[in-house]
Amino acid sequence: MHIGIDVGGTNTDAVLMDGTRTLVGVKHSTTPDVTDGIVRALENLRAGHHFEGNQIEAVMIGTTHFINALVQAKGLAPTAALRLGLPATKALPPLVDWPETLIEALDARSYLAHGGYEFDGRPISPLNPAELREHAADMKAHGIRSVAISAVFSPVNHDLEVQAAAIIAEEMGPDVAISLSHEIGRIGLLERENATIINAALRELAAEIIDGLSAAVRKQGIEAPIFLSQNDGTLMDEDYVRLYPVATFASGPTNSMRGAALTSGLGSCAVVDVGGTTTDIGLLINGFPRETANEVKVAGIRTNFRMPDVLSLAIGGGSIVNTETGEVGPESVGYKLTTEALVFGGSTLTATDIAVAAGRADIGDPSKVAHLDPALVQRVLDRITDRITEAVDRMRTSPEPIPVVAVGGGSILLPDELPLFGAVHLPENYAVANAIGASIAQVGGEIDKVYSIEPGRREETLAEVRAEAVDKAISAGASPQSVVIVDFDEVPIPYLPGNATRIRAKAVGDLDMGGTL
Amino acid sequence: MSWTITPTEITDLARGAAVLGTGGGGDPYIGALLATAALRKYGDVSVVSLDELPADAVVLTVAMMGAPTVMVEKLPSLDEVISPVLALGTHLGRPVTHIACAEIGGVNSTIPIAAAAALGLPLLDADGMGRAFPELQMVLPTLYGINASPLAFSDEKGNVGVLQTISNNWTERIARVACVEMGCSVMISGFPMSGVQARESLVPGSLTQCVEIGRGITAAREEKSDPVERIVDLLRGRELFAGKVVDVQRNTTSGFARGRARIEGTDTTLTLSFQNEHLIAETDGRTLVTTPDLIMVVEHDSGEPITTEGLRYGQRVRVISAPSDPRWHSTEALAMVGPGYFGYDVPPHGFDGTVTHVEAVL
Repeated sequence: MHIGIDVGGTNTDAVLMDGTRTLVGVKHSTTPDVTDGIVRALENLRAGHHFEGNQIEAVMIGTTHFINALVQAKGLAPTAALRLGLPATKALPPLVDWPETLIEALDARSYLAHGGYEFDGRPISPLNPAELREHAADMKAHGIRSVAISAVFSPVNHDLEVQAAAIIAEEMGPDVAISLSHEIGRIGLLERENATIINAALRELAAEIIDGLSAAVRKQGIEAPIFLSQNDGTLMDEDYVRLYPVATFASGPTNSMRGAALTSGLGSCAVVDVGGTTTDIGLLINGFPRETANEVKVAGIRTNFRMPDVLSLAIGGGSIVNTETGEVGPESVGYKLTTEALVFGGSTLTATDIAVAAGRADIGDPSKVAHLDPALVQRVLDRITDRITEAVDRMRTSPEPIPVVAVGGGSILLPDELPLFGAVHLPENYAVANAIGASIAQVGGEIDKVYSIEPGRREETLAEVRAEAVDKAISAGASPQSVVIVDFDEVPIPYLPGNATRIRAKAVGDLDMGGTL
Repeated sequence: MSWTITPTEITDLARGAAVLGTGGGGDPYIGALLATAALRKYGDVSVVSLDELPADAVVLTVAMMGAPTVMVEKLPSLDEVISPVLALGTHLGRPVTHIACAEIGGVNSTIPIAAAAALGLPLLDADGMGRAFPELQMVLPTLYGINASPLAFSDEKGNVGVLQTISNNWTERIARVACVEMGCSVMISGFPMSGVQARESLVPGSLTQCVEIGRGITAAREEKSDPVERIVDLLRGRELFAGKVVDVQRNTTSGFARGRARIEGTDTTLTLSFQNEHLIAETDGRTLVTTPDLIMVVEHDSGEPITTEGLRYGQRVRVISAPSDPRWHSTEALAMVGPGYFGYDVPPHGFDGTVTHVEAVL
């Protein structure tokens, strides 16, 4: 048996799985303390279907914590972006195309320094330690606690990023987290740098969350390995998440979409995942999320890692309703839904209250929303329907009809039919699709190295790299017959002898839980 | 008719330029950001049509020279964009009055906007190619006997050179060596022209066309009609192929990104050969279209142009061909930009498949 848990901004879902069969699924509000939420999920599962700690082979956790933190601009560490590249790159400094609100939320500061490489690995200019120390002093003076370092052509040579990190660490002390761009992204300075800055801003939150998750699971007598889902649906271990929280970034949408595929039986559809804080809309093609072809914007920021193509709207069950305009969000009561919402005796009008008032859901005490003006209720629901319909319409790539599957606890906000799309499919266990998606997550192996390709040996070299990635996935725990190459990229590095080429290959397979019945 | 480029036009213009860039010309996003940054800092740029250009104008082209893959990493500063123009103005001893695009496509449509903004000069609604080509002498002015030199080039470090050469091919050869040494991404300014010469030799209306293509794509998406069809209509071209990218092979040699891409359709495979730009499209060894006509790859549904360095396994794409400026089909022009020049032993094939039989030249 294994357990899948999805910690959303508003709700925590959990499932106890036997292979691909759901033994029991539970749902409760996300608690302010991560530990309590996991403990509660595990206790609820145990109450629904008894298990002993030693029967559990793996615990997979997906969390939308990180994307919610960015969308809501909450819990982000004061972050500095330091780029090594002067005198080049001056016209477009770090944070150049960022939304002003996020720059403020990060108390972000941008620094340019000498360093970086030419395309062939020659330095553009040497590092200037005095300049870096000056920047570090300024960062310190401005309360910076996390630093993202990028250097021009660091995917070709990352020495200067590492050296600059040592100088910054020396000046700022051991408590400052440092994220290096060559470990986060690929060629494309702005996109790699942006992903690195996001990672840096999430480092403090990552430490807090991992400590909480791990303590909670161990407290339940479960010693099985804990995995977190990453963007592509594969798993990573706890230590990895502490350093690279950004890799979990889009795991919520990925898990909900993959869970929707498993539970709805529809291979190709639009998936509308209405959570507590956001609605994520994506396309599922043959059971896998459609990935973005190139750059992807997250909260208005351009990045270049591979992610499912997802459109996020700030509409969820916990979204606060503006009684004047009938508009919902972007503010959400989040995990406080069960105390703040009217139906739970609170004083904030949320989208959930509207759904209850309209008779779409039976949650809390319906008498507490009986006083709501039916015209307002209708106006709010119409507005939600309009915005979601428009978003699904934007996501689809032709006017051809496409089935719509709704998942997530907030799907009570959706009508039975959407204009343009017809009936909305609500799969069995729809409310815990994310947790099911997390539980079917797979493991991967990635190779990212520079190879010297001898003339006429390209095909053989590529085959070797693929085989190496497959082996890595297997040693990470994938069952050998399930492993496939899901991502492959070769970038020649010009002007190095021997036709040097950077090759990246990613293999993915099902986590082999040998003993599972 | 003159008009003004403001930051709001840049998105459409850059997207249109990426289409006309035929796979080359670099990441349109970087070029757009650079132009936007310059417009915000220095103010809007006025665009002047060739008809309005005074006969005694002093026109210079501005362009980035180098490998497009370099520019997404080593982003420009603005200094190196304006310094070659300033250096050339000093060298010529006459004030420069207008800036022109050497090519239309990718960053080289937007860098002249940044230069014009920073210099406070008007920009011509015209360019030297009506598309993108990989070498600097490959502009229509060369066919009119206009010298590329004096040509100035500069890097972000502050190095500036002015070349005086005996032919445009020599300008290319010498500048290319300097470009590689300077980090494979330099700014150049050259082809000094009078208003009369510019009117006669440049391709008119290029910037307007870029904006129209960009707007057409945006409008088609909003209307849920086919953006690719819209591009084909606007360029009076044809859709060549649709399929999935199954292999991309690249080599960066002599500062150019050369390579081949294979696109698998329902029953045939299309092979594209590129050197920065797409040069040849063939299926099963049968040539369909070659340079100088335009071969463009766009995302299957959204019509978003895909550059040669943006091509990746698994992308679903459509390939479009369109006619180039008719002056590119003269024997002399084909010797400069036809398939033979790039080392392909095939006669030039027009966008519609018609074959031009050229007598051996050179």
